Amino acid sequence: MQAIQLQWIDYTILIAYVAFVIGIGWTLARYMKTSSDFLTSARSIPTWVTGLAFISANLGALELVGMAACGAKYGIATAHFYWVGAIPAMIFLAVFMMPFYYGSKARSVPEYLKMRFDERVRALNSVAFAVMTIFASGVSMNALAKLLNQLLGWNYSAALLICSGVVLLYVLKGGLTSAIYTEVLQFFMIVLGFAPVVYLGLKDVGGWHSMNLSLQSVAHDVGAAKGADYAANAWTSAWQPILAGPAHNPMGVDWFAIVFGLGFVLSFGYWCTNFLVVQRAMAAKNMNAARNTPLVAAVPKMFFPILVILPGMIAAALTTLPSKEYRIPPPVISQENYAKAVSLVQTARADDSAAGVKAVGDALGKKIDAGKITALIAANAANKMTDEQIKKELYNDITEFDYDGVILSLVKKYCPPGLMGLALTALLASFMSGMAGNVTAFNTVFTYDLYQAYFAKGKSDEHYFWMGKAITVVGIGLSIAAAYFASMYNNAMDIIQLVFGFVNAPLFATFLLGMFWKRTTGTGAFLGLFGGIAGSTVFHALTIAHGNLPGVKGGYLGVRWEFPSEMAQNFWLAAFAFTVCFTLTLVISLATKSQKTDADLKGLVYSLTPKIVDNNIPFYQRPAVVGIVLLIVCVILNFMFF
Amino acid sequence: MGLDIRWPIGLMFTLLGVLLAIDGAVVQSDHAISLGININLIWGLVLLVFGVLMLLGAIAGGKKNPPVP
Repeated sequence: MQAIQLQWIDYTILIAYVAFVIGIGWTLARYMKTSSDFLTSARSIPTWVTGLAFISANLGALELVGMAACGAKYGIATAHFYWVGAIPAMIFLAVFMMPFYYGSKARSVPEYLKMRFDERVRALNSVAFAVMTIFASGVSMNALAKLLNQLLGWNYSAALLICSGVVLLYVLKGGLTSAIYTEVLQFFMIVLGFAPVVYLGLKDVGGWHSMNLSLQSVAHDVGAAKGADYAANAWTSAWQPILAGPAHNPMGVDWFAIVFGLGFVLSFGYWCTNFLVVQRAMAAKNMNAARNTPLVAAVPKMFFPILVILPGMIAAALTTLPSKEYRIPPPVISQENYAKAVSLVQTARADDSAAGVKAVGDALGKKIDAGKITALIAANAANKMTDEQIKKELYNDITEFDYDGVILSLVKKYCPPGLMGLALTALLASFMSGMAGNVTAFNTVFTYDLYQAYFAKGKSDEHYFWMGKAITVVGIGLSIAAAYFASMYNNAMDIIQLVFGFVNAPLFATFLLGMFWKRTTGTGAFLGLFGGIAGSTVFHALTIAHGNLPGVKGGYLGVRWEFPSEMAQNFWLAAFAFTVCFTLTLVISLATKSQKTDADLKGLVYSLTPKIVDNNIPFYQRPAVVGIVLLIVCVILNFMFF
Repeated sequence: MGLDIRWPIGLMFTLLGVLLAIDGAVVQSDHAISLGININLIWGLVLLVFGVLMLLGAIAGGKKNPPVP
């Protein structure tokens, strides 16, 4: 990505946004009187606000960048992350699980686990969750600081500290409410900031129909390059290429991995048990509002592919239209290295271009198209080109791709000053609110599930309120440290994501059995979770994705199984971990005696909790009715793009 | 919680909308990058309308539930 020059209007928009979020924190500060106000918003927020915050807490910047990348790499099948991997789980959370979370009066997901099982399960879950939130916010802040560094030339540390400072200011003042309000603001920033980019991009490729025609040649070209047999609709149909088998779609997955691995295990594990998102619903003002939160969120979620995946597809289509002069951006190369390569092109001798080509490639540090560089050297020798022209040619001759740069390359291509500021502010906003979301989930779990539970029982509320604030500062400090850690090691991101996968994959089995089978025991849940985590670690150590070398990507204990792609490996790992945890929990529960009586489990387990009677609310507001309608719309979407 | 979120959303987008629309109408003259469309003016007006709607919602909400002092 080449640097972007911001104008005064762009900075004005950025500063206005920052001023508003800090203003929100300041205004809310006077309502923060107890630890519950600060950490759980005292359960007082209207549904549409918690609903948008629910979806916004998930729509981090990494998601925005990553989904556009997947859209370019895999086409419309990426929408499975939404229509299969999110909507059904969100509806399940609303209709079946929210009554236990909200009705049990638990203040956090680990606290629910303590009520349902015992302290061991809570401790395991809260420690794992606390560590993960810190790393998640660190990874996201590292990406932000790197982006500001590459794009605007800001100093990495300054960018990291300033952005963290802004988050600290508004979270410390307004607590969870501040984070939730800012997430709603960010939601509108993202929608209104990126919509014009999508509109201009789609217009430029000639509309939806022309884009699909171009994507057919993408399927042909990429298939030919990889020696794979892709049908013409590999990028434009969501299901047909998947049903044709892993060899016929760019994701390299089959339908079972999508439906069971992604649609059931990963999706339900994330949406139904991750406190980061569930916390938003728990802040709602009453039970019906809490249950409707994920449903309100499901509506925009269903249509987000237009905003986040379509840009990737537009970018892929643009590459087939020579007149648009667009390429998927190459990996970032510093200006010094470009300058070095340019001078090498100028000094290379046309009669010995092989040496020149090699030197240019070394200077850039990336794979290059030797034929094109040879032609460039010859062209420059025959007719002197300017530095700028040579640099532009070099940019086009690099044969490596940085798909994560797709979204910003479109912003840069279509946005005049002003609109550019709006889009960049939206991106910045989602990075910062990602950090705020993680920190507000972290401080609640730390204060209530670790500090109050194990270190300082029975203190006054002022004490925990103070502690909540102190731990917010600590959480941001640790996030900054995690960001530096992620920036220092190239593999840090991969390893962190890997560990997330091990810990998260089995979790839903514990909740499913715990909530719907009263016989599940604490020992069964605890050992089942451990078994699931161990199972996924072993699975990973024995499998590998095609084209990867044994190591961080798996297979370090010997390759027993090879998957066509990393994505397939992930989906199958999740399916395996879930099955191990489910089976172990089931068997151990049958072999051990439950410590809880039926009376203890009232309000925590489905069969022992009185059904919620929705007679007093109009039928169109009942979660079950709304859930069914949403599910039908989701099925229709799947068929429309079948 | 005391503050109606529609106030900050409405105020911010009204401000950004006015800013973008003025920029599109007065400052920008070359629209080659945005395919010949004066996107700043159009989108500024869209933001302005959205911001004003939010403010109207906040005013209506404030009349229905007067804020607790």
